Amino acid sequence: MRQYLSKRIFSSILAITGLFVMVFFLARLTGDPGHLYLPIDAPLEVRKEFSEKHGFNDPIYIQFGKFLEDLTDGNFGYSLRKERPAIDIVLEAIPVTLSLAAVAMSIAVVGAILIGSLAAYRPNGIFDRISRVVSLTAASAPDFWVAITAILIFSVSLGWLPTSGIGGVPYWIMPIGILVIRPLGLLVQVVRGSMITALSSDFVKTARAKGVKEKVVIFKHALRNGLLPVITVAGDQAAAIANGAVIVETIFGWPGIGKLMIDSIMQRDFAVVQASILITAIVILSINIIIDIAYAVLDPRIRHK
Amino acid sequence: MVIKVIDANKSLLKVSNLSVSFDTTEGSFDAVKSVNFDLNKGETLAIIGESGSGKSVTASVIMGILTCPPGRIKSGEVLLNDLDILKLSDSDRRKLMGTKVAIIFQDTLSHLNPVFSVGSQIAECFEVHKNLSKKESWEKAVQLLERVRIPHPSRRAKDFPHQFSGGQRQRVMIAMALALEPEIIIADEPTTALDVTIQAKILELLGELRDERNMGLILITHDLAIAAEISNKVIVLNEGKIVEKGITRDVFINPNHAYTRQLMDSIPGKIAKQKKKISKKFSDPILEIKNISKFYDTIACDDVSFNLFPNEVLGIVGESGSGKTTISNLILRLANPSNGEILFHGKNILNFNKNDLFNFRRKVQVVFQDPYASLNPTMNIYNIISEPWLIHSDFLHKKLHKSKVSDLLTSVGLHPDDAIKFPHQFSGGQRQRIAIARALALKPEIIICDEAVSALDVSIQAQIIKLLLNLRNKFSLSYIFIAHDLPVIKDLADRVIVMKSGKIIEQGAVDDVFNFPKEKYTKDLLKASPSIENLIS
Repeated sequence: MRQYLSKRIFSSILAITGLFVMVFFLARLTGDPGHLYLPIDAPLEVRKEFSEKHGFNDPIYIQFGKFLEDLTDGNFGYSLRKERPAIDIVLEAIPVTLSLAAVAMSIAVVGAILIGSLAAYRPNGIFDRISRVVSLTAASAPDFWVAITAILIFSVSLGWLPTSGIGGVPYWIMPIGILVIRPLGLLVQVVRGSMITALSSDFVKTARAKGVKEKVVIFKHALRNGLLPVITVAGDQAAAIANGAVIVETIFGWPGIGKLMIDSIMQRDFAVVQASILITAIVILSINIIIDIAYAVLDPRIRHK
Repeated sequence: MVIKVIDANKSLLKVSNLSVSFDTTEGSFDAVKSVNFDLNKGETLAIIGESGSGKSVTASVIMGILTCPPGRIKSGEVLLNDLDILKLSDSDRRKLMGTKVAIIFQDTLSHLNPVFSVGSQIAECFEVHKNLSKKESWEKAVQLLERVRIPHPSRRAKDFPHQFSGGQRQRVMIAMALALEPEIIIADEPTTALDVTIQAKILELLGELRDERNMGLILITHDLAIAAEISNKVIVLNEGKIVEKGITRDVFINPNHAYTRQLMDSIPGKIAKQKKKISKKFSDPILEIKNISKFYDTIACDDVSFNLFPNEVLGIVGESGSGKTTISNLILRLANPSNGEILFHGKNILNFNKNDLFNFRRKVQVVFQDPYASLNPTMNIYNIISEPWLIHSDFLHKKLHKSKVSDLLTSVGLHPDDAIKFPHQFSGGQRQRIAIARALALKPEIIICDEAVSALDVSIQAQIIKLLLNLRNKFSLSYIFIAHDLPVIKDLADRVIVMKSGKIIEQGAVDDVFNFPKEKYTKDLLKASPSIENLIS
């Protein structure tokens, strides 16, 4: 297991390195990267001066060497719009997104385990049928539409919640609520499926024959076994949110990584885009490694491989 | 076997007029029909029956773990110390489970929870029923593991089910059942899928614990020999009905019902031999195995040599891990040996090029153990049997496929109309017939049967063995018959090879090896193999 994990970490490092290289060459593939950094209407002299200053006229291998050197110093370039190191801006945005993702995913996972397990306990029972329809609807709801409708109802008509911005609990309710909907719907279905299998397993029979209470049968014996597929899907969903809850962050004006990326693309702030891509990649690969560890913690058969 | 003196007034368990049905989409089906029996302290009752006879359903009812729906208890009472457990509320009944009655299941790998240590699974009994602390429960679990003779119990308690061997897992299961000192233990096929020597030890342990604690033991089995070895009362179930009940010895010596007699006749080791004498001197071997070895992480097969002659049945016996299946894989060239030669009609198959190998594959076919897993569930029987001809397209013209499938189905005792059906529509025995038909499709010279009858009921097993012998004569086949079950080999094989840890321990004509074993290991195997002859004679 330890060997497997170190292999995974090593291959993640390879993947990140590959991504760094790709980002560097893609930026130069289109010609002078100065074009990416500067506004469209920048005068020619400014462009020349900029290229000269940043070494864009040097041979590509020298540029690449410098790029790598900068990376090892933690220098991801300089935001032209905000006139600060790009990495600082990204590192400010990422905790906002991660806290959104963490809260939303925690609610979705806990909710899905409860709803999915109860639905699986009596397949085709009344609770199961209701939860199936609701979870399918939730899993397929378009979040931009839900977000706008929610703002119309709760902010505009009822005036209960602020329309956007960050602050205390009221500011969190709508963004989190909207981020929860889709993963929750999806996860309820995954939990239900894997819990039906787990509950019909032979070891559940053994537990019942020991006189174990049904609650313990479901939430201890079956759940530990039913969780593996849930973790995979939950990890994917968490990665998707961490990758930028673009729509939610934009609509609700949350200064997260999603909004930052959209803004920097719009403003052609290339250094920030580049730094965002790299940091997000690191976050997503870390989530994947955490999933692997969770697998090993939950299932001794994987641990002992 | 000492027959116990039974105190007639002290009935631990009394099942009367129990009927259970299952509601399926095709209507209601009666699994158990008016079953009556009782069990006293210190007694062992064997419930004998083949798959679908209702024996496990009966056990589930007593344990209160019958899934309803689709199961439905139509009538009857199950009196446990004069208390009808069918009338109890769920929570009252739960208090009895594990404390008064406990169950030992068959497939321990799936019946033990894979994600909890065995110690914690045993300890759970004490936490649930006795409110003991985690620490006390754990200590008791370790003591139980020691009682069932798991080596290094305090260390092993922390291990998970997959880290134990099959026999050890069954011991863990027994420890779990023993935990709360129940008055009755139900053992549902406790030794199926275990090696004979392990089986003998598990049965011995069960008998010992029964006597030590004066428990009632219900042994559910399809194996008459096991029932004969350890039970004193027996009931025979067929299609949910008790067809025969009585003292074990009486029933075995003088079976009254036709079904019991049929079961007795099916016991392997008794089938009238239809073996042809083979004159080895005049025929060259089809297959010569010369000093083959195969190393994986361990030595799977070590310097093994033997020959297979035309029209011969060669039995290979050995316990799990003895290298039987490795040999089959090497002959099929599913794996390559680390050393040695395999000669087919004098040519080394290890030197075959792609074309030679393709033609060789025609000549050697295989029938696997699990007829449920070895047929593709999405293909109908026609496609399953005719698929070899699509691969070897020069073998048979497409126009002839249909009639040839009909011929093959007839020769394995099925109906030509079965061709349009799918595997799930057949029973285990019928599926094994289909697998045999598929193996026959390319007119092979050798068929390797890897535990081909191990998963079947005795009466079906007997039919398949007869079928294999008939087909041998009809198509002049040679078989390599791999089995862990010695009586089956005795019925079927001309010569036998006894294997242990990758090595051949003993080989020779079946009658010689079985009647006059030379090696200690062979003697132990034969001794461990249960038989009803001990009881009758």
